[in-house]
Amino acid sequence: MSDMALESPPPQRARRGTKALDSLILLLLMLGLWQAVGSWTQGVAVSPPLQTFLYLADLMTQSGFWGHVAATMAAFLMAFAISAVLGLGLGLVFGLRRFAGDVAEPVLAGFYTIPKVTLYPVVLLIFGLGTSAKVAFGVMHGLVPITLLTLGAVRNLPATLLRTARVLRLPPGKTMAWILVPACLPDIISGLRLSFSLSLLGVLIGEMFSSQRGLGFLLVSGMAQHNIPLSTAVVLLIVIIAIGANMAMLRLSRRFTHRKA
Amino acid sequence: MTRGRAVLAVRVAVLAGCVLLLEILCRIGVINPLTVIPPSDMVASMIEHVGSGDLDDNMIQTFSTIATAFVLAVALGTASGALLHRSSRLRDVVDPLLASYYSVPTFIFYPLLVALFALGKTPLVVLGVLSATPAVMMSTLAGLDGVPRVLLKLARAQRLGPGRTFCWIVLPAALPRLFTGFKLALSYALIGVIAGEFLLSATGLGYAISFAYQSFDNRAMYGLMLFVLLVAVVANGCLYSWEGRLARRRAGR
Repeated sequence: MSDMALESPPPQRARRGTKALDSLILLLLMLGLWQAVGSWTQGVAVSPPLQTFLYLADLMTQSGFWGHVAATMAAFLMAFAISAVLGLGLGLVFGLRRFAGDVAEPVLAGFYTIPKVTLYPVVLLIFGLGTSAKVAFGVMHGLVPITLLTLGAVRNLPATLLRTARVLRLPPGKTMAWILVPACLPDIISGLRLSFSLSLLGVLIGEMFSSQRGLGFLLVSGMAQHNIPLSTAVVLLIVIIAIGANMAMLRLSRRFTHRKA
Repeated sequence: MTRGRAVLAVRVAVLAGCVLLLEILCRIGVINPLTVIPPSDMVASMIEHVGSGDLDDNMIQTFSTIATAFVLAVALGTASGALLHRSSRLRDVVDPLLASYYSVPTFIFYPLLVALFALGKTPLVVLGVLSATPAVMMSTLAGLDGVPRVLLKLARAQRLGPGRTFCWIVLPAALPRLFTGFKLALSYALIGVIAGEFLLSATGLGYAISFAYQSFDNRAMYGLMLFVLLVAVVANGCLYSWEGRLARRRAGR
């Protein structure tokens, strides 16, 4: 094998090599752009990359900072868990009950496209200032995608599968565990991925608008106090978390799709 | 068709029932009027505020910002999508970036944009463009990928020039997907601009809502909210039905 590879490197590997090189170039370009914006504005709006990374490393040694991270993470995880469980349940019901699904789908899709930020004051009036309002707002953002994708997956399930389950007289629990969930898994995972990002978005917007704790609050207060390295470092951290989680879930969904095929 | 009508009727009935229930609960005092006001009051307040003309400046501001962001996003997104389609090397690099783009909450850049461009229209337009452009790029790529190869061969066989190939072959074949991108771009631009105004701004409808909230003027707040949501629903609904008509016309051919 290795001899063959020496003689003529497979085109795929060569392509992967250029791809890695290109990605590196892109990364350097983005860092360069960031540096350029930072030095062009002389740190009034954005602090340059190196300074930001150092500031972030410094922040991570302070205990006060972890309190804010924990506040955001607690609200986010709760919002995500509620969206996932509720969305899966609703999607399953609407997918199996075709009429109810047809009634609900456009309403849900419509809710997905409206600017939900304007509804945040209502959430605040109902839940009061605090974690529960952030969680509720996160759920408002995260619930719809997982519901719609589960609904679509269940509805487009090959009828043979369900008929097989009936022929084999599987009880509902086993039908669910052996037939429904495995067949719908790729869609469910993409739904979870979307819900993950959107609940995070909801929680962060909530914190940016009115909150005393959390990363969103830290970002806005950094801006208000003209502490540019602080707000840039928070943005950097959120971007890293969001992209990291998204890539992990993309990889997961790709694996399940392959397994199905 | 009758089933479609039944679905529609049930949907309208359910929504109307919800509004009615809210109205009754508010009127008999189960829901505190300091939390939610009755829907009929929301409508009255909306008509009052929109009709009075006090909001005209804010409306012009918001809608012109959304329109600018939308047009820029469509132009930038289509152009860069077409560019990416031509160069597969560039595309290999940018594809993962596009796939992760919407996992990053774009709004977190808004405070930085405000610091960069100063408070006003520019950071809002940039925020709108940032949230809408990738959607147009992705749908442009999907549209161009979806042009059947046979049609391109046909163009070559007929010796069409690049301009004519584009106008007669590529554009009609890619249009439905492009349109989906434009539809998404409008709703993203709308959400981005109004959210930006809501978080940090001195004019615009989003600002008016957050101002009413902060001055405990619930009536005005609900009226304005209803107006913004109605505008969003109507704009999206129009594009949605237009898209459906386009799709049907293609299917009919």
